[in-house]
Amino acid sequence: MSSANPDTPRPPAGRAGMKKELPERFRDYRHVWVFIELERGQVHPVSFELLGEGRKLADKLGVQLAGAVLGPPGEATQNAVAEAFAYGADLVYFVEAPLLADYRNEPFTKAMTDLVDTYKPEILLLGATTLGRDLAGSVATTLLTGLTADCTELDVDADGSLAATRPTFGGSLLCTIYTLNYRPQMATVRPRVMPMPQRADRAIGRVIAHKLSLAEDEIVTKVLGFLPDSQSGTANLAYADVVVAGGLGLGGAENLQLVKSLARAIGAEFGCSRPLVQKGWMPADRQIGQTGKTIRPKLYIAAGISGAIQHRVGVEGADLIVAINTDPNAPIFDFAHLGIVTDAVRFLPALIEAFTRRLSPHSRDKLAS
Amino acid sequence: MHIVVSIKQVPDSAQIRVHPVTNTIMRQGVPTIINPYDLFALEEALRLRDAYGGEVTVLTMGPPMAEDCLRKALGYGADRAVLLTDRYFAGSDTLATSFALSQAIAKIGETFGPPDVVFTGKQTIDGDTAQVGPGIAKRLDLFQLTYVAKIASIDLAAREITVERRCEGGTQKLKSRLPCLITMLEGTNEMRRGSIEDALCAARSRIVKWSAAEAGIEDLTKCGLRGSPTVVKRVFAPNPRSQKAVQIDTAEKTLRDLADELIGAIFTRQPALEPELAFEAA
Repeated sequence: MSSANPDTPRPPAGRAGMKKELPERFRDYRHVWVFIELERGQVHPVSFELLGEGRKLADKLGVQLAGAVLGPPGEATQNAVAEAFAYGADLVYFVEAPLLADYRNEPFTKAMTDLVDTYKPEILLLGATTLGRDLAGSVATTLLTGLTADCTELDVDADGSLAATRPTFGGSLLCTIYTLNYRPQMATVRPRVMPMPQRADRAIGRVIAHKLSLAEDEIVTKVLGFLPDSQSGTANLAYADVVVAGGLGLGGAENLQLVKSLARAIGAEFGCSRPLVQKGWMPADRQIGQTGKTIRPKLYIAAGISGAIQHRVGVEGADLIVAINTDPNAPIFDFAHLGIVTDAVRFLPALIEAFTRRLSPHSRDKLAS
Repeated sequence: MHIVVSIKQVPDSAQIRVHPVTNTIMRQGVPTIINPYDLFALEEALRLRDAYGGEVTVLTMGPPMAEDCLRKALGYGADRAVLLTDRYFAGSDTLATSFALSQAIAKIGETFGPPDVVFTGKQTIDGDTAQVGPGIAKRLDLFQLTYVAKIASIDLAAREITVERRCEGGTQKLKSRLPCLITMLEGTNEMRRGSIEDALCAARSRIVKWSAAEAGIEDLTKCGLRGSPTVVKRVFAPNPRSQKAVQIDTAEKTLRDLADELIGAIFTRQPALEPELAFEAA
């Protein structure tokens, strides 16, 4: 291997790059933006969660919160603008074009980078959905700025920099990442990681329309069709009120039936921890945790899940976490609210039976009388 | 056709330990593996080669020991392996990584023929960002097809490709053009067992090793720490919750009693849940 040209500067030792020297060209970048994800006429709820988070950041910085709405002409896009205001935006940047009807990388990247170059936000937040991640990666690369994926906490520090905290190394540790000398500071956040803010009917405020300078025949990629998921419920896991999940402590794939039965008995969604997906016991879209779904149910029952941090960050938003595990020292008992040290495989049938008894109309009538 | 697969050597996450005092990752003795998501990309690339003819080049950026993962990829049947290794790449974030990899892919194109398809995994298991694939696509001006579940067809003469890609709430069928970058969804295929010939070949093969200069990278300010707009300021262990779980005492109780007690405790804490669950269950 030849050595590099000795005249070129050496990489800095340590973290010299940490010094903040925002170049002149970025100094007029201001305000916090949230990309409003619109797909097939619906705003993804993660956009509202981000508006809630963006509101806090904007207030701390003393700047405005803007929604960036990109979509085809029509009622759904207009509605997305109204909803952005209802969830706290001060203004909306708006790109309306027929070729933004179905998500494709090329026109959305073009529209988003044009908006940023023209109106210069300091912070740009996107949902870490398949769409948001596809878009964020190409927008950040086009703009040559920093992008922090799957943040679990966003804050601004004393000098106004975005402090984006995310799990790292498969969720063993957390790290706080800064984009010091580039703008905008970009971050994605997964659905359900941030709480849903209060919606309030508000008048539509300032809308800044921007024209997309791109024609359909300039776009190579064409959408031939869309096949919606069957009503398997997988899409609902993140937003379910009650969730039951199984882990390696169940011993074998056949025991997942117990998790499904419990879910059916109490009208819950079911899922699993990461190792089960890796073993092929459950499809990946049922995985709960940092690399799967983040959930915020009212009740979460974890059966035979040890509670590695990567799982923990995906369930911490639950109102009540119940853990069933044979190991009294399992980390899941550090963040569950209720625990029971027992073998889930033996205990779940009893729990299903007890729930069924308690929730049956007969016993409820008895309770009422 | 020429297919380039960009892979990463990662620590086997199941065996990572965090030092209890210093809160740093204890890498010593942790075995490394090919990022599991990359195997779906590699297998898909091998299938395309088997169907359409041509060659598969695997590429990785990393320390010299990353050669191991390239040998494994050769063992699965890849035709050629390129290791991009240089101290200038140390500390790269996703932007700097995608810069270096895209430069190397351009060099691979010059040296071994332009790629028709570049594959990456959906994401890595150590970084989990899913940003490097799109970054490479943007820098090389390749059509970007992420979360691909199935390659429906390729028309080499017309330079057209049709794929099914996973998107929110369903599957999108897209027609695009070659050359393109595909990030392959997990669970979409099963990695083959490498043949004996491939294993022998992998052991014997010379791995192409390129420094930054050899990969044609002139602007070193775009590499490593200096080429990375993001800075990791703090690494820390999550705060333990101050309160541990309230344990239901299991001593000398039947499973039935335990279950009733647990349900009682659940509804005591969340009284509004009981009518909701009863309604759901009905």
